[in-house]
Amino acid sequence: MTMTDQPTGVLGSRMLRREDPALLTGEARYTADIAVPGALHLALVRSPYARAKIVSIDTSAAAAMPGVRAVYTGAELADMWAGPMPCAWPVTEDMKNPTHFPLAVSQANYVGDGVACVIAETAEAARDAVEAVMVEYQPLEAVVDLEDALSDRVVIHDEIGTNRSYTWDLKIEDTEGACDAAFAAAAYKVKERYIQQRLIPAAMEPRAVLAVPQPFGGDMTLYSATQVPHILKVMTALTLGIPEHQLRVIAPAVGGGFGSKLNVYAEELLCVGLARRHGVAVRWTETRSEGCQATIHGRGQIQDIELAADADGRLTGLRVRLIGDMGAYLQLVTPGVPLLGAFLYAGVYELPKAFDFSCTSVFTNMTPTDAYRGAGRPEATYAIERAMDSLAYQIGIDPLELRRRNFIPVDKFPYEAYTGLVYDSGNHDGAATLAADMVGYDELRARQAQQNVPGSTKRLGIGLSTYFEMCGLAPSRVLASLNYGAGGWEAATVRVLPTNKVQVVTGTSPHGQGHETAWSMIVAEKLGISPDDVDVLHSDTAIAPLGLDTYGSRSLSVGGVAIAMTCDKVIDKARQIAAHLLEANPDDLEFTGGEFRVAGSPDRTMPLAAIAFEAFTAHNLPDGMEPNLEAHTTYDPPNFSWPFGTHICVVEVDTETGEVEVIKYVAVDDCGNQVNPLIVDGQVHGGVIQGLAQALFEEAVYDADGNLRTSTLAEYLVPAASDVPPVITGHTVTPSPTNQLGVKGVGEAGTIAATPAVINAVVDALSGLGVRNVPMPASPNTVWSIINAAQGGSQ
Amino acid sequence: MEITVTINGKAHTADVEPRQLLVQFIRETVGLTGTNIGCDTSSCGACSIHLDGEAVKSCTLLAVQADGHSVTTIEGMASADGTLHPMQQAFMENHGLQCGYCTPGMVMAATSLLKENPNPTEEEVRIGLEGNLCRCTGYHNIVQSVLACAKG
Repeated sequence: MTMTDQPTGVLGSRMLRREDPALLTGEARYTADIAVPGALHLALVRSPYARAKIVSIDTSAAAAMPGVRAVYTGAELADMWAGPMPCAWPVTEDMKNPTHFPLAVSQANYVGDGVACVIAETAEAARDAVEAVMVEYQPLEAVVDLEDALSDRVVIHDEIGTNRSYTWDLKIEDTEGACDAAFAAAAYKVKERYIQQRLIPAAMEPRAVLAVPQPFGGDMTLYSATQVPHILKVMTALTLGIPEHQLRVIAPAVGGGFGSKLNVYAEELLCVGLARRHGVAVRWTETRSEGCQATIHGRGQIQDIELAADADGRLTGLRVRLIGDMGAYLQLVTPGVPLLGAFLYAGVYELPKAFDFSCTSVFTNMTPTDAYRGAGRPEATYAIERAMDSLAYQIGIDPLELRRRNFIPVDKFPYEAYTGLVYDSGNHDGAATLAADMVGYDELRARQAQQNVPGSTKRLGIGLSTYFEMCGLAPSRVLASLNYGAGGWEAATVRVLPTNKVQVVTGTSPHGQGHETAWSMIVAEKLGISPDDVDVLHSDTAIAPLGLDTYGSRSLSVGGVAIAMTCDKVIDKARQIAAHLLEANPDDLEFTGGEFRVAGSPDRTMPLAAIAFEAFTAHNLPDGMEPNLEAHTTYDPPNFSWPFGTHICVVEVDTETGEVEVIKYVAVDDCGNQVNPLIVDGQVHGGVIQGLAQALFEEAVYDADGNLRTSTLAEYLVPAASDVPPVITGHTVTPSPTNQLGVKGVGEAGTIAATPAVINAVVDALSGLGVRNVPMPASPNTVWSIINAAQGGSQ
Repeated sequence: MEITVTINGKAHTADVEPRQLLVQFIRETVGLTGTNIGCDTSSCGACSIHLDGEAVKSCTLLAVQADGHSVTTIEGMASADGTLHPMQQAFMENHGLQCGYCTPGMVMAATSLLKENPNPTEEEVRIGLEGNLCRCTGYHNIVQSVLACAKG
């Protein structure tokens, strides 16, 4: 296999995180921890019905309660909004987007939809008053089944006259009929339907908002538990008609996001709007049950996938039909999520230009969906990896062998895929071989043959996932072609202070990823200084005014690369100053270890520290040069980055109880060069368990009337330590050729890879019993029922 | 009603509503915000503290129930000179935290676990921490942190 050595030195070391002491001692401040004397507390009256007309709202009793400052209905706040809640991704020109305000005005469309709100002197007073707001509803029939929604039997939003939001086809030029021809000529065909259940992101920190106005100065500071302070600033300005330059958004310590805090929420807009109206700070902290109901959900798709293959099992055609569950409204990027997966349906396999993809997305009376760790790509990966196992079973060959026959050969990278996108680099067989070696694949297959004999009640299953990831969420021009409403660039400033300490300003906005540590390592490596001498500033639009924030595994491959490029600019300027002071030609200067040396004259040196001070005093700079040593970059990457890997899950299924025990999990991930392998492994561990949780534990369950039955962490099964296995990690290193650090993303890889690996293992364990599919989550009850049905049972 | 709770060695006396939870007393009345709230159902353990030396979820007690008792929060774990508690140090060295929100509760639960069982197996650590949820780490490095701390 072609493996490149990890970089040595600071970059590539397992440096401990500088974020940790504050987080470990309680010193870190999350939004709810920030005390502002006199702040009013917001609480929302939320619809208990999935779909209901709001007939009347009587706020008089609530308004008269002690400590209550004001009570508003949606209608009473209608004049506060300059525009409706933003959706930044109109995926087609004719996409239907029902008008959506922070509080519903005439009709509530999911359980948890806000219809009125209270501001009061204490959180308790606000919640007590919510109970006293009398809302008369006229309940209407709710729609919770996607195909029922598609039928328009009941139309949720009168104003758009249909439940269909859009149909989006992935069109590849000059390929009409190619897919049909591939299926007509196929030696093998697979046709399967998979259900991506709804998931609740459940970041451990509930959302929280604090809006602090300066009524006489005109400025407004919004603190929010958000992944996207920059996007939130723009959208808050537009939605409330606040001049953007008077709005400052700060994301303090943020306790996880996973996409759920990549949004613009009603409560953020209400706090800002009401703080402005009343001239006093307004805050809101989510309860967990509000988080389950009114923070976006993830997944929610019906996937129909068909594979065509030749006699050797090589893919010749691929057809995908999706139904996407948008929920009641379109949130920030809701409609775009299925599109992000559209380009990954052939996974790491060679596919001729015989691809037919169409997605139709529908409204339902459930919580809006949006990006959740992986966003479209876990769904796509699940479908192709499950379908590949079905194809292997049909042909009668080992699933690893089938994958090897289909891998894009390593010598074909960079590889132009059937979609026209170019995969930057890859070594899929290398990752698969390492994972197979680590797990002991051949021995496991031998053990499985001995163990899974007729009558065995503990059946061994081995599941593969040879995944591909498309991350970085850029370049901007490609995003434009998908009608995405923003760019994909990232900004960086590197400022060498007079005392040779360095400030880095980044537009990324971490919430657990360790950017302060990682970015300081990049700067230290580039400038030849200690990481301890680098401070990283972020997540405050007054300090870091430019940025597009953190999501889509973009922060390192866009934001980190922007920092590296900015360091180069700093070094270039320092070189000019050093040459001037040393009376040397700039081209004759070498920069190593934080010092310029004149080539061939080892005693003629100038440390960066001296140059920084010289740039500050500006007493003796080259003619025309501006003082100070600082540079800025806004970087728009030339391509996505394409991490990949192989995960192998080994399970034992108890056929008498349906219980699935994961007995080994091996993850081999290739994210190019690693800045900090400690952090990389941490991302993989967490991602894998989140993906495994979809496979085995989690589902947002609605009843037929649209009531969420899993609205607390007592009912929604986020796994505990005792529910999950250790994650054994390994890595191959295939640098990306499209950026100077050779890096790719890794934040979502584990989640993308794990879900199909686990379900493939469960199905593999039960294949001798006639089971060919197991729905998610594969709970003991579900697995037992599937086994029983496959065995012809009727219980 | 008036209560006195000793928190991290210092007595705090306040007049509290009977319905106030201990976690609210710690966070809002005393102003120690290191103890986090992650759910409404005593499921997540983010608010774990030590009450008279034993880990409890501070959302499961009323403030008045802590009257006359001694509480340790995450703010009371490191030494006055800034030295981290060995469990905090182990979490740092083993990357046992990412976003940090579950971390104070995890550290409190883990120190209590080792007090009861100083040399746990990996499985015993996993079972011992099942009342504390984490969404970032997949628990792998949390378990490693606790095992490393036990080894000393």
